[in-house]
Amino acid sequence: MRTPLCLLLVILGSTGGEVAVTHAMKQIGEVHNFSPRALLVFLIRALKQKWFWAGLGLLALGFFSLLTLLTWADVSLVIPATALSFVVGGLAAKLFLGERLVPMRWAGIALVSIGVALVAMG
Amino acid sequence: MPVRSALQIKTLVLLVPIVVFASAGNVLLGKGMKQIGEARAWSPPALAALFERAFSSPWVWLGIGSLLIFLASFMLVLSWADYSFVAPAAAVSYALAPLLSHWWLGEVVTPVRWVGVAVICLGVALITRTPARTTGFE
Repeated sequence: MRTPLCLLLVILGSTGGEVAVTHAMKQIGEVHNFSPRALLVFLIRALKQKWFWAGLGLLALGFFSLLTLLTWADVSLVIPATALSFVVGGLAAKLFLGERLVPMRWAGIALVSIGVALVAMG
Repeated sequence: MPVRSALQIKTLVLLVPIVVFASAGNVLLGKGMKQIGEARAWSPPALAALFERAFSSPWVWLGIGSLLIFLASFMLVLSWADYSFVAPAAAVSYALAPLLSHWWLGEVVTPVRWVGVAVICLGVALITRTPARTTGFE
């Protein structure tokens, strides 16, 4: 029971964290200027976003859940399972970020998930 | 071949540092941690000693530096591009990882892994042919 529960925390933490960080970056808006000064201004604005810190907290939760899981579970089981996070990420992007996922993108996401699982298991 | 917009090209260009620094960061961290040796004891003093050795390794610091550059590039690209575009496209680093560890660390790559590398590349090729941004045009 503890393995699926911990795995759920890994996937929700990492995916939820990245979705929250994405939301924060979309609040800042598209970066057009790539001078060092403009990039610094961008980073400072990013660090002021509440959603950025929420995302960072979730990413930390996912990371430490992964470390905990790896103390008893085998890497060859854990990484293929986390490959599912690309599918979960696609669903979350559609639901929470309003992204429109065309069939070709879903097909790509499915292939990436399968490929990452194969690389981890091989 | 669809005509690629400026936004699409900008996104693909930013994927390069994302992929390079994510892969390099993981390989460097792996190299550093392997030199430190396997953790055999989990008591707080043993873990403290492990952390001390980890943070005295130049490979670990190079790895952390690489991962910070990765994170900054990732945040930058997400200021305009879809998460559902960037995250799976950046997974090409999972295909690069076996290649880099094969070249740098001399690790053996199994046939199943090579198939995985090919499947990831195919998936990423499909994703990069979809529009990089589908929100925020209103």
